[in-house]
Amino acid sequence: MSDIALKIITPDRIFYEGKASAVEFNTTEGEIGILPGHIPMTVIVKPGILVIEEDGQEKEAALHAGFAEILPESVTILAEIIEWPDEIDIERAEDAAERARERLRNRNDGLDVVRAETALLRAITRINVLK
Amino acid sequence: MASMRDIKRRKGSIQSTQQITKAMKLVSTVKLQRAKANAERSQAYFQSMFQTVNSILAKTRGLDHPYLQESESSKKAVIVMTSNRGLAGGYNSNIAKLVMNSGLEKEDLLIYAVGRKGKETLQRNGYHIEEDWSDIAEEPAYADAMQLGKVLLQKFADGEIGEIYLAYTKFKNTVSHEPTLIKLLPVEVPEENHEEKEVSEAEAIMNFEPEDEEALNMIIPKYVNSLIYGGLVESVASENGARMQAMDSATSNAEEMIGDLTLKYNRARQGSITQELTEIIAGAEAIS
Repeated sequence: MSDIALKIITPDRIFYEGKASAVEFNTTEGEIGILPGHIPMTVIVKPGILVIEEDGQEKEAALHAGFAEILPESVTILAEIIEWPDEIDIERAEDAAERARERLRNRNDGLDVVRAETALLRAITRINVLK
Repeated sequence: MASMRDIKRRKGSIQSTQQITKAMKLVSTVKLQRAKANAERSQAYFQSMFQTVNSILAKTRGLDHPYLQESESSKKAVIVMTSNRGLAGGYNSNIAKLVMNSGLEKEDLLIYAVGRKGKETLQRNGYHIEEDWSDIAEEPAYADAMQLGKVLLQKFADGEIGEIYLAYTKFKNTVSHEPTLIKLLPVEVPEENHEEKEVSEAEAIMNFEPEDEEALNMIIPKYVNSLIYGGLVESVASENGARMQAMDSATSNAEEMIGDLTLKYNRARQGSITQELTEIIAGAEAIS
């Protein structure tokens, strides 16, 4: 089976460009894995771990926001925020997770629940990708 | 004829001005290179963004989506991107002129100023400055663009503003920059495109997950943010390009003036020597 041409673009750099035999990430509809020959689809990214499989090796990154265009032979991810594990500050992530949990626990009226949940999800993703 | 001392003093002052313009030119050349690389790197993102949004819009024709509809409010927000510093030739005034001559009613406009110079000019001309975002003008980060985008989208959703425009300077290449005014919202659905045949088969059967409308809800804000960021990055590149050009011509003008003054100075010097000699000879002749 042929490979997928994977391209991950962020506003300020080209994060990754190369071949992959499989790509996995989290979307608003749930986690998906993409193999070559996938039907054309556009999905919205939800914070989660991005796994790139290439020559039996796996690369991981924390993908936080953006959307992806999937075609049978290529996948283009327009990522707003994405990081390699070595770019993550674990202490900051843990602090952020704690803060978000705190906010969700003592819900007051002005709380932006969606925002707090996203923040928590992001922090958890960062922590998980380092494990 | 001006005295030798006057000429010398003037020459000195022009020389020190030239040193400043020369240094500024060098600084903006370096900054331009960085800004240009930035602008080029982000190009890929916007192109894909633009294509995707267009392909979605092409398929969701006739959708009653708030982001695609004119709202009731007659207020129009304009993001005006200029620089915080002057000495960049016509860079700042071109943008201000573009806004003033855009045909948009002055009373309806709410200016979101990014960059002090544009803000000051528009303020002097009686425009209403709604918010000042000048801090983000110098080193644009995507997070800043997201914040500005969020504020505007919220106001748009609340019906406080009916249209959003973006005035920035397009960076074509190092020497050519073009002040541009584009409409961000409501998104103009591209006319039934005659390139339909070129749409590849793969695109024609694109699926959306979640459904079109929901996807649009999430993608349009990203689209707006990315356009704002693109505008910021290109504006910075244009600013430095414009400053480099302005300083380059200032330096060569100074060069010319110095040449002129040197000639005048030498003439005055020669004149005074000749005069002294004539006086001495005349004096000697008178004695003998």
